[in-house]
Amino acid sequence: MSPQELQVQGKREMEKTQESTIPARLFMPTADIFEDDNALTVVLEMPGVDKSHVDINVEAGVLTIDGRLDFSKYEGMQPVYTEYNIGHYRRSFLLPSKIDQNRIGAEMKDGVLTITLPKAEEAKPRKISVS
Amino acid sequence: MYYPLDALFDLQRALEARLDSDWLRGATAGTGAFPAINVFQQGDNLVAILEVPGIDKADLEIQAKDNAIRISGRKTIAYPDGVSVHRRERLTGTFDRTLTVPMQIDAERIKAEYRDGVLALFIPRAEADKPRTIRINS
Repeated sequence: MSPQELQVQGKREMEKTQESTIPARLFMPTADIFEDDNALTVVLEMPGVDKSHVDINVEAGVLTIDGRLDFSKYEGMQPVYTEYNIGHYRRSFLLPSKIDQNRIGAEMKDGVLTITLPKAEEAKPRKISVS
Repeated sequence: MYYPLDALFDLQRALEARLDSDWLRGATAGTGAFPAINVFQQGDNLVAILEVPGIDKADLEIQAKDNAIRISGRKTIAYPDGVSVHRRERLTGTFDRTLTVPMQIDAERIKAEYRDGVLALFIPRAEADKPRTIRINS
């Protein structure tokens, strides 16, 4: 099997639920979500975002991730040819199961943020044996 | 006074204005292919910026010859064993793109920086290609 040729994913802009006071555009990071018995894992691609510029917030069962791009590096550069736009990132998810909010972990590597949301003890599946 | 949010908006508009400009005159193979490329002018030199999140530095290869720069590599994602995947938006695969710039460059002195999933190529213009002021003899 030959490996699949990678295609460009067009960047999706955030759909605004509230009117923004900021004119700049906000992008929606591409995401993977997977789950096992112990935790829910959310993986987000936010190229150009340093780990110190990431905010992860869980409130009323909603996980919100904000990633701020340091665009000061673009100072003094004139675009001559462009294929994509840049900006800050934001995305929210409704959390499905009970999450232990005190143990949420996150790590960032190569512009990819991995958030581990451990399940609260009572939310973990239990095996019930039939006697 | 400096308004950083307006500065971002201005930058976004500048990027949009140059979207798929004909500056490269179709010389870049595979427009629409991964990874997307932005090219900037910085003084005499060029800076190409590519978004390649989730790609390990070791899986990126950059070659330069004459005025062509080839960027190739692969992106892999390893899901842990025994998980159920609810959402899978990130793509994986191989890529190979060549950026040909319409000027003479100093291929020997190209510098590449990879940080936070963004690859920046600093491409110096060849000395021989720089404009010269010509004096008029009286």
